[in-house]
Amino acid sequence: MEVIAKRPETLRNVPFTYCPGCMHGVAHRLIAEAIEDHGLINLMTGVAPVGCAVFAYKFFNFDMAEAAHGRAPAVATGMKRARPEMHVFTYQGDGDLAAIGTAEIVHAANRGEHLSVFFVNNAIYGMTGGQMAPTTLPDMKTTTSPYGRDVNDIGHPVRMCEMLATLVAPYYIERVSLLSPAEVLKAKKAVDKAIRYNKEERGFTFIEFVSTCPTNWGIDPDKSRQWAKENMLPFFKPGVFRDKGEGVE
Amino acid sequence: MSKILMKGNEAVAEAAIRAGCRLYFAYPITPQSELIEYMAKMMPKVNGTFLQAESEVSAINMVYGAAGCGKRVMTSSSSPGISLKQEGISYIAGAQLPAVIINVQRGGPGLGDIQPAQGDYFQAVKGGGHGDYRMIVLAPSSVQEFADMASEAFDLADKYRNPVTILADGMLGQMMEPVEFKETLSDEEIEALGEQHKSWCIHPNEDGDKKHHHEINSLEIDPAMLEKHVENLYAKYAEIEKNEVRYDTYNLSDDNEILCVAWGTASRVIKSAINELKAQGKSVGMIRPITCWPYPYEAVAAAIGPKVKQVYVFELNTGQMLDDVKIAVCGKAPVKFWGKVGGIVFTPAEIQQKLEECFK
Ligand SMILES: Cc1ncc(C[n+]2csc(CCOP(=O)(O)OP(=O)(O)O)c2C)c(N)n1
Repeated sequence: MEVIAKRPETLRNVPFTYCPGCMHGVAHRLIAEAIEDHGLINLMTGVAPVGCAVFAYKFFNFDMAEAAHGRAPAVATGMKRARPEMHVFTYQGDGDLAAIGTAEIVHAANRGEHLSVFFVNNAIYGMTGGQMAPTTLPDMKTTTSPYGRDVNDIGHPVRMCEMLATLVAPYYIERVSLLSPAEVLKAKKAVDKAIRYNKEERGFTFIEFVSTCPTNWGIDPDKSRQWAKENMLPFFKPGVFRDKGEGVE
Repeated sequence: MSKILMKGNEAVAEAAIRAGCRLYFAYPITPQSELIEYMAKMMPKVNGTFLQAESEVSAINMVYGAAGCGKRVMTSSSSPGISLKQEGISYIAGAQLPAVIINVQRGGPGLGDIQPAQGDYFQAVKGGGHGDYRMIVLAPSSVQEFADMASEAFDLADKYRNPVTILADGMLGQMMEPVEFKETLSDEEIEALGEQHKSWCIHPNEDGDKKHHHEINSLEIDPAMLEKHVENLYAKYAEIEKNEVRYDTYNLSDDNEILCVAWGTASRVIKSAINELKAQGKSVGMIRPITCWPYPYEAVAAAIGPKVKQVYVFELNTGQMLDDVKIAVCGKAPVKFWGKVGGIVFTPAEIQQKLEECFK
């Protein structure tokens, strides 16, 4: 029998623990494939966040660390400085990266740490049951914004790519989405580039995935993707914000 | 090697480098700033990493990452910054990582002041961070001892895969005393030290072993597994309590009518007072815990001589180690406390007066 698709060696034979329709698994797979494609399985290490991806340390088939909520970029900095011969990534949600861990991500980016950061923006706190995130859209209802996000009270959603692109050091910043097969293929290219730059020690690379959370949004997976296309993409516009390798400054 | 005159903050930094520390992450704060500045100057000369973090929170998490790679790593701060590190220390303890933390204590609570104090005893010894864990706490009382504790702290951290704190204060950090450095590890020796951690730490998969997978982690979502994990931690802590209790005594004898208990900078002042009283024919002894955890309970109890009518605890706080002394004494003698706060260090004359009152 001809094998046309299989688990990359960079993923362990451990079932994902995500809800049906969640796209953390897709993002994991894209990262794992890029690491395999670049032959980095024996030199790679990563940091899992606190959030739905908290068990990411179990899924990847190389050494992994689990960080405190928001601290993955600091933990990864310590790892890269201690083991410069290895390649390091973090995997973080929007609460983790854009709320509690804002200082850590901004300063890791500003130092130009040689890390790849994979940031999953689902506009909500998934793991704790659907509370408001820094990326929650205006008027969007969550368990802690039951009347809708009031931007005059709690502020507007935070656009991390745009914010980090104001810094000098970051080498590559791109926002992609996981909302259709075609978008996933584009995302695959971006992840591949981030891992390649990481391998080549170019500097700080940052990929944001616009994603969904069917469980906590309370909409089925298909409609979630539709909702995200209509509501998230106009605010979180996909695109390359920095790519020093391609002359995009 | 001959002695050189150095500030405590610089001496401990130099000693840490000699003990193989090649990774240091910290954030500036008085009265420990000479330590971070010394590291900034010296680490590049030994091809080490000096990184001024964006906060103490980040610094301790950088330590977590580097320690997870099995390397000797250190951070330092003073009281308010140490408060910020508590979450990270709990994670380091939970994940069983070797790491050294230096606290050059200042007056508190809150922003307090920048003078020497001993107000962080509870934080260091009784928890500080969340959850059931213990941290080894070494308390120096001279610049020499402060420096010597650097290599001792790294050895203990490596041996038990546990965070170790050196609990100093602004006096020890700032004052200059002659110091002699005992050992300097070579790059090869430092490299060899890392071997002991290869079975669990993050490192390149040199053999291409397809099953190679180490996890640096403090999460055990299954209650039965977490219970087992904490039980394992406590079995380790019991070993540390059995093997690593350290203390010092001064003028201890069967003639003692008063037994003083003091730690760190406070103990230096007590010594002077004891000498003055000795000249008057009054016998006062002292026991000084060097490890605040594990605490020398048995040694403190054993130090109560047959004629002791008062156990007297002196601290630069409102009575924090006092609780441990009471546990040790267990009603065998009356226990009294006197302390100074606000970053003010008591004088030998004040202590002498307090002790003389007991002889009346
Ligand atoms: C210090 C701390 N504060 C709060 C929490 C609780 N907590 C766990 S996950 C989480 C939010 C995660 O949301 P996000 O980063 O968006 O990731 P997602 O679950 O949506 O993938 C929070 C608040 C925690 N574990 N630690």
